[in-house]
Amino acid sequence: MGDERLKNEHELRSRIRTLTDGVATALAVLSTILVVAPLVAIFVYLIYKGASSLSWDFFIKVPKPVGEAGGGMANAIAGSALLLGLGSLIGIPVGIAGGVYLAEFGRGTRLANAVRFTADVLNGVPSIVMGIAVYSLIVIPQRHFSALSGGVALGIMMIPTVCRTTEEMLLMVPNAVREAALALGVPNWRSVLAITVRTASAGIITGCMLAFARVAGETAPLIFTAFGNVDWSAKLSEPIAALPLQIYVYAISPYDEWHRLAWAGALVLIVLIMLAVSLVRYVTSRGVMKGAN
Amino acid sequence: MGVGIEVTNLNAWYGANHTLQDINLNIPANHATALIGPSGCGKSTFVRCLNRMHETNPIARVTGSVLIGGLDIYADAKPVEIRRRVGMVFQRPNPFPTMSIYDNVAAGLKLNGFRNRRVLDEIVERSLKNSALWDEVKDDLKKKSGASLSGGQQQRLCIARALAVDPEVLLMDEPASALDPVSTSKIEDLIFQLKSQYTIVIVTHNMQQAARVAEKTGFFLNGRMIEFDSTQKIFTNPSDKRTEDYITGRFG
Amino acid sequence: MTRIRFQQSLDELKDQLLVMAGMAEQAIQRAVEAYRTRDLSICDLVSKGEEEINRMQRENDQTATDLLAMEQPMAVDLRFILSAIKINADLERVGDSAKNISDRVRTMEQMSAAEMPVDIPRMASLATEMVRKSLKSFIDADAELSCAVLAMDDAVDSMNRAAYKSLTTVMAEQSSLAPQALNALMIARALERIADHATSIAEDVIFWVQGADVRHYKSLKIAPDPHELG
Repeated sequence: MGDERLKNEHELRSRIRTLTDGVATALAVLSTILVVAPLVAIFVYLIYKGASSLSWDFFIKVPKPVGEAGGGMANAIAGSALLLGLGSLIGIPVGIAGGVYLAEFGRGTRLANAVRFTADVLNGVPSIVMGIAVYSLIVIPQRHFSALSGGVALGIMMIPTVCRTTEEMLLMVPNAVREAALALGVPNWRSVLAITVRTASAGIITGCMLAFARVAGETAPLIFTAFGNVDWSAKLSEPIAALPLQIYVYAISPYDEWHRLAWAGALVLIVLIMLAVSLVRYVTSRGVMKGAN
Repeated sequence: MGVGIEVTNLNAWYGANHTLQDINLNIPANHATALIGPSGCGKSTFVRCLNRMHETNPIARVTGSVLIGGLDIYADAKPVEIRRRVGMVFQRPNPFPTMSIYDNVAAGLKLNGFRNRRVLDEIVERSLKNSALWDEVKDDLKKKSGASLSGGQQQRLCIARALAVDPEVLLMDEPASALDPVSTSKIEDLIFQLKSQYTIVIVTHNMQQAARVAEKTGFFLNGRMIEFDSTQKIFTNPSDKRTEDYITGRFG
Repeated sequence: MTRIRFQQSLDELKDQLLVMAGMAEQAIQRAVEAYRTRDLSICDLVSKGEEEINRMQRENDQTATDLLAMEQPMAVDLRFILSAIKINADLERVGDSAKNISDRVRTMEQMSAAEMPVDIPRMASLATEMVRKSLKSFIDADAELSCAVLAMDDAVDSMNRAAYKSLTTVMAEQSSLAPQALNALMIARALERIADHATSIAEDVIFWVQGADVRHYKSLKIAPDPHELG
């Protein structure tokens, strides 16, 4: 008789568990949708607003003066590419070097703690303040806006992200791998570069791309440094156009024609960032698996 | 060819912890010597003093002398040089995860600047043959990564990697403890064959393993070496009661 | 202390051997009593006892084999089990020798009685004492007592040689008494064998307790260390 009641109790508990499981799963799915939905919504909206303004011209022509139809953002695209290239050239090596120092050589030292703290503070600096800082440091002494200052601003902004992710990824490399290298009679610096960094390379690259994607869309720091340009420019000492900057300028303008171009620009910006990231992923993943010599 | 190791008054510390106390022993060349003892007795620390890996820990300290083939490894040599002559295989197989099998074996050579492709190929083949892994991987040398092998194969890969730099001494810290019985037997057979070319020191929890592969055995307890004698004597009629209590399992 | 079950198994093996030892001692006593009283019913008891001894030998060997296979004994434990196996065999042979004596007694009953120039009771008491002492050294793990047993073997050997001499003389000079003489000789030899087995048990105890192989040597001091030979 007692067995019967026990069985019923078990069944009831079992059903409650299944129900709870279902509710939890539903909540998880709902949360995911809530997070992803805005991203998808933005993307869809951009396509809706901007796709119609896309044309071949957009990619090969420079902006026309107000009132004239047509024109594109070709110079802004090229300019962004140059600025991001310059920024990466500055930010990535410095960031990786910092991360390597924090994880491999300075662990526990006061200097390392100071470096880490500085990186975190730098990370929190508003991008406009960064722009003003570079303005004071480079633009004023040089007496002109330049691509160089823009690249520097972007580069500095990349450093904290690259540095911290590099450190995290290196710390995740199991100590056994380091010991294996040392036990072979490999000097420490070489072991760090050739073994530890290489083992963490996938993660480090991800960190670099995170930094890249973040600064690719930065507008504020470029306002006082790169300044923007209505025409082609390739000299580091001249002001240069940048896609986010151009979008900003067009978006706050009173002209409809420019608004349309701004939407198109925003769409192109996001797509280009996604493409750049995917390309890097593809190229590096193939390299790592082959154990490139 | 292997060389002998003479340890005199070796003491080691981790910070304030006096891990090894007054260790004196002579490890014969071209033999396998086993070190047994309960957890925390210092046998792993001892072995790491033989290739100066102990000092990779910033709070580690060593006094006393270790002569390998007559060379004082602390006074007359740099750690990096010693580690090329004294190879080490660890408890958990640790192949370099992002490298192929070939690159793993060649790592010690390549990272020290060796570039000649043909010679590298020969050395890789010879090392893999010496560690009884060649037949199983010869077709996938550059296609498969080191981490894609089974546990027993990974450990033999690590042995091949250590052998590739042509050491005189091979230190093995519980090399088979993470492996199944069949892999363990393979590793033991391997040690038997390697004895003729290298001096082998093997730390093991498994007394039957020490009995199977080593000519001499040392018993460590609480940082001291209690007894060091032929394996046969240690396991049939040890001189010290503490040794006997340990090997008959009466500890505690 | 760890390995409690193993220790219990070792103790059980020892107890089993002691029970068997008791039966072997009893067999000797009965055989000597049968010789003294010519009571054939005692001979029957000896025969029955011998079957039991054989059964116990098989059982003890199985226990020892299992311990070797399952427990991976080392050092003193290993030596103990090896000694136990040998002592097991020796005790069974003691039982066989006792049965031989009682068989001789049966044969003697069919012959006319005759005094023989050999002190069987004295030999018997010496052999019995050797057996008892060697078993006590096993119970107490007393290597010194074992050495004492080794020293006693000479006396029994010389008594046996004397018996051989005097009994072969009897057979040559009084051929009609040859069967009785032969019988007496065989009893003397059985007793000498029992003494040898007691010696063997003592040697096994020394091997167990001190790890020294003293077989075929008279005492611990003479036996060289086999490792030093190589």
